[in-house]
Amino acid sequence: MDISSADLTAVWLTIKLATLVTLILLLLATPIAWWLAHTRHPLRGPVSALVALPLVLPPSVLGFYLLLTMGPHGLIGQLTQSLGLGTLPFTFAGLVVASVFYSLPFVVQPIQNALEALGDRPREAAATLGAGPWDTFFHVILPLARPGFYTAAVLGFAHTIGEFGVVLMIGGNIPGVTQVISVQIYNHVEALDYGRAHTLAAGMVVFSFVVLLLLYGFRRDQGAKPLL
Amino acid sequence: MNMNPLKKTTLATASRHPQGEHSELLVRCYLQRPGFTLDVDLALPGRGVSVLFGHSGSGKTTLLRYIAGLERASGELVFQGQCWQDKHRSVPTWQRALAYVFQESSLFDHLTAAGNLQFAIQRARGPVEADDLEQVTELLGIQHTLKRYPHQLSGGERQRVAIARALLSKPRLLLMDEPLASLDEQRKQEILPWLERLKTHLDVPIVYVTHSPAEVARLADYLVALKDGLVVASGTLNDTLTRLDFPLQQGEDASVVLQGHIRERDSHWQLVRIGFANQPQDEDDGSIWISDPACRKDAPDSLTNRTGNAIDQPVRVRILARDVSLSLNRHDDTSIVNALPCTVEALSNGDHDALALVRVKVGETRLLSRMTRRSVVHLGLTPGQTLWAQVKSAALL
Repeated sequence: MDISSADLTAVWLTIKLATLVTLILLLLATPIAWWLAHTRHPLRGPVSALVALPLVLPPSVLGFYLLLTMGPHGLIGQLTQSLGLGTLPFTFAGLVVASVFYSLPFVVQPIQNALEALGDRPREAAATLGAGPWDTFFHVILPLARPGFYTAAVLGFAHTIGEFGVVLMIGGNIPGVTQVISVQIYNHVEALDYGRAHTLAAGMVVFSFVVLLLLYGFRRDQGAKPLL
Repeated sequence: MNMNPLKKTTLATASRHPQGEHSELLVRCYLQRPGFTLDVDLALPGRGVSVLFGHSGSGKTTLLRYIAGLERASGELVFQGQCWQDKHRSVPTWQRALAYVFQESSLFDHLTAAGNLQFAIQRARGPVEADDLEQVTELLGIQHTLKRYPHQLSGGERQRVAIARALLSKPRLLLMDEPLASLDEQRKQEILPWLERLKTHLDVPIVYVTHSPAEVARLADYLVALKDGLVVASGTLNDTLTRLDFPLQQGEDASVVLQGHIRERDSHWQLVRIGFANQPQDEDDGSIWISDPACRKDAPDSLTNRTGNAIDQPVRVRILARDVSLSLNRHDDTSIVNALPCTVEALSNGDHDALALVRVKVGETRLLSRMTRRSVVHLGLTPGQTLWAQVKSAALL
């Protein structure tokens, strides 16, 4: 069992990435989930499908198109260049953006399910007691849907930690910048250094198991339906 | 309607007390859905309980939700001079000074009963006095529930907490959507007395939706009957219940509900005399003797307290049409003690039935009498005729 400093850097980078992505996703996914849970708009179906796309697409496909859009000739690439930020591929920021797309359904869906399970009644009851929309959201909806938000955060975090294909496509393998755990394991295996690969891989297995164990235990306490 | 509604709202709030002379609710509502049209134009009184009555699918709940702003429909809504909806805008629910009691409990599950009440107090539309919380919890008998969460309460307790929460938000209009419907008969009987107490203790007008004739009889001051999205009758309780075509009056249980006051108590024979008039002093509208429910050995506390010794206390009495007979002369040689001079107002015209319904007027009070069609012809009853109504029995509600 030896962990090199390169491995430690990868672990730290992965945790930093997953934390940042989870926070961004919670802010981004909540309004999307709210809209999907309440709207009868004809675009509801297409938007749902779009959000769920990363669930079924091979990560390399997602990564490929993200690489194109964030590249010097892509839409996002031109935007970031005109803002003087350069292009995103092969940077940590690029990895964050890609991970947000990649993990979006894992955060939107639990929140959406929780909001749909609440129904209209709590909102209506709050309104008839004089609570405005934001008041209602923070003091009624958020506390009532809390289990859904916890699930969303854990799934988003865990899923970001486990990503590999998208990172390879748009982030490459730059130590300290884009070299996350999953890529590092790949490097060790490529170098036939199975010992080090084992250390990281076993760590991932234990981490994932513990996270899911906590999640299921928590959900059972809350009397919630099984996950996924 | 051309005034700026926002400005109007603020002005009205500042200058007009709920009991002002404009205390009324004007409701105009038009809504079309596949297979259902709601088309209503109503003016409800600014005090007492207005009941929206009808079978399921009649549109009564939709209408109540429209008043609350929970349902979108075209129309106009003016409450105590404030415009809540017109062609140009609709005031959002949370800015209307109303409270709503839903059919099934709508308590917030993440808060205790006390937390739910605090939620309302923090957002109350009027000043909440220090002892309001105590008074309301006592009025509804929920002191023992306060520390518990909604799932730890019985259905009846939850609904009482929901009513208390609605009251503490200091509404100027209280909307109740079949608050008893989700409860079993025993719980209903448990809550009805609280609602009656509420009526007498509260100055806020109540719009109450129900399909239960029993709740109409006990609570309604003003009655609106809805059928297939249309108003088929609306008026004071006595006026609507004595309409011969009123939907409630078709069956065996055709009856009137009269508001009256206890005038006299005969403790030797265990009887009370109930006078029907708006003013206790006014004797013209007749009175009847009925057995004193407070003397019954198994009389529940609520009844004993209600009738107690209080002469001139308001009470409600239900008289079934089949317990009222008519005779051309006054008889003293009968076991029926209650004979009231009356005039015939109208007769029902159904032709497939052996029975007829006759509406008579005693002073300003109307009664219904059910008899065979043969008797109608035999007595030669015509509108305007004066005769005697004999009331065999009546039930204190």
